[in-house]
Amino acid sequence: MTDIEVNEVTEPGTDVPLLEIRDITKTFGSVISLFEISTTVRAGQVTCVLGDNGAGKSTFIKVLSGVHQPDHGQLLVDGKTARFNTPRDALDAGIATVFQDLAMVPLMAIWRNFFLGSEPTKGWGPFKRFDAATAKKITRKEMADMGIDIRDPDQPVGTLSGGERQSVAIARAVHFGARLLILDEPTSALGVKQAGVVLKYIVQARDRGLGVIFITHNPHHAYPVGDRFLLLKRGRSLGDFAKSEISLPELTRLMAGGAELEQLAHELERESGETSDLGRELLQDTETLG
Amino acid sequence: MTAATVTADERVAHVGVLRRVLLKPEFGALIGAVVIFVFFAAQSDVFRSMAGAANWLDVSSTLGLMAVPVALLMIGGHFDLSAGVQTGTAGLATGIMTTYWGLQLYASWAVSLALMLVIGFINGFLVTRTGLPSFIITLGMFLGLQGLNLGLTKQVTNTVQVENLDLVPGYHSLFNILGSTFTLGHAKFQIAIIWWIGFTVVASWLLLKTRFGNWIFATGGEPNASKNVGVPTDRTTISLFMMTSAMAWFVGNTQIVRSGTIQAQVGIGQELYFIVAAVIGGCLLTGGYGSAIGASLGALIFGMTQVGIINVNWNSDWFKLFVGVMLLLAVLANQYVRRFAENVRR
Repeated sequence: MTDIEVNEVTEPGTDVPLLEIRDITKTFGSVISLFEISTTVRAGQVTCVLGDNGAGKSTFIKVLSGVHQPDHGQLLVDGKTARFNTPRDALDAGIATVFQDLAMVPLMAIWRNFFLGSEPTKGWGPFKRFDAATAKKITRKEMADMGIDIRDPDQPVGTLSGGERQSVAIARAVHFGARLLILDEPTSALGVKQAGVVLKYIVQARDRGLGVIFITHNPHHAYPVGDRFLLLKRGRSLGDFAKSEISLPELTRLMAGGAELEQLAHELERESGETSDLGRELLQDTETLG
Repeated sequence: MTAATVTADERVAHVGVLRRVLLKPEFGALIGAVVIFVFFAAQSDVFRSMAGAANWLDVSSTLGLMAVPVALLMIGGHFDLSAGVQTGTAGLATGIMTTYWGLQLYASWAVSLALMLVIGFINGFLVTRTGLPSFIITLGMFLGLQGLNLGLTKQVTNTVQVENLDLVPGYHSLFNILGSTFTLGHAKFQIAIIWWIGFTVVASWLLLKTRFGNWIFATGGEPNASKNVGVPTDRTTISLFMMTSAMAWFVGNTQIVRSGTIQAQVGIGQELYFIVAAVIGGCLLTGGYGSAIGASLGALIFGMTQVGIINVNWNSDWFKLFVGVMLLLAVLANQYVRRFAENVRR
């Protein structure tokens, strides 16, 4: 696996990032989807990847989860160079991606979904069967560890709220050996309250010592839970900051592209006259952000 | 902490039981079967006699044997419109191979099975490979086999039936397996009823208690999500089509063995009744939900009604009207259940 020297020689077990991303570039034909992107994810920390639509977030996830292979740059897992040729390779390295569609079947019970594709069995030969008792027990326990008391593991997943479904997907990834969770826009389709619930699960996963990559376009969701922020725009990095290096207003401004936002605020105000609340708010925001 | 958990568990026990029973896919069919039994039994002493029961159970079992694999296939998200005509193909194959081509009976029986498995594989393979709706693929298979059944039978026998299986050596031992009867309370019951109950139990176990069963629900419920988590959806689909064809082999051979004769048109039109029984039994047309026991209860409702209408001396023309009403009620009930189960709170 190691075809280069390990650069960061540190005392074993301390401060080696779970995953280090160095100068990753990915092109599709003549389109540069990602250009020299770098960041780190440590155990027990949350790295947020922020960017608007088309910023390259999806390509970034797919490179990390083994769907795409980078053209240049390196991925280092526990300080060692790694190459993920398939999603399986990434999973074997403990990197689990929770995609937006969550890979769940709404009409099936929670415990059936939890073990879908990896069902525990008992018995022998033709009498080999799905060990339902174990599956239900583990589901209940893993969900409880996430801080969720599921009323009934027999409930169809379709009856759960969006946030609860996220939590099932996260708990499932953790149970199947994930050390690093990649969450693809987990809050984007949710209402304010449910988004808060999901943020709580992210914190919970972090506190259990997992590394988390949290993909979002909402700085207000990212800032409270993040330890590190990578900003993407049109495939390029606008910066990779530790929390101490950046404030929420700065983050928001970088995300929105300050000057463009100001322009938009003025346009909105012109169109709808003095009464435009949105325009006035935006203008105020840009003023306070400088 | 522990106290809180205990309280939560108690709440589950209280609310859960009734909800769980109501949400069972076969619940509606069970109620329907009881109502229809009581209705006809109250009016006809023939219906409620042992001989009457033997009669309506026989009708139910012929339909139910096929309704069970068709239900599993529907839960897996597919239809097989060729399921009915396949029973004819299987019976005709055994008949022609033994009486005209001189092949030993059990050998023909086995070749007939192999043939049916190939047909099932082709159905499943085409559906998974092309991504076309199974409705259209199996409609093609239905028409093709209908032509083959009639064309080949006419060419070989110069008639539209295959006869004289009962004169073939080994007939009686095969008859004992597929076509014999047993006596219970002075009435003769067909052995097929036992097979029907047996296959229902096995299918239900397969569906609810095995990995394969989990994959059936998943493949029918959300094929892409299932694939993403490693469920072999194509293999599951092909297996389900092959199981349906294997059952068509069993049922078709039962028909020819019972009387020694089979018509070239046998089974045509039955495929819709299999689907109706599965839907009355709680299967969703869109897949991902349903029950094997439900399909058998659906077949039982069917059989009891068909025989019951005759027993109470009604004009049997009314039978189809009844089936139509039952089907609509079942679909409406299923729709409600689905909405309930998929109700998303954000």
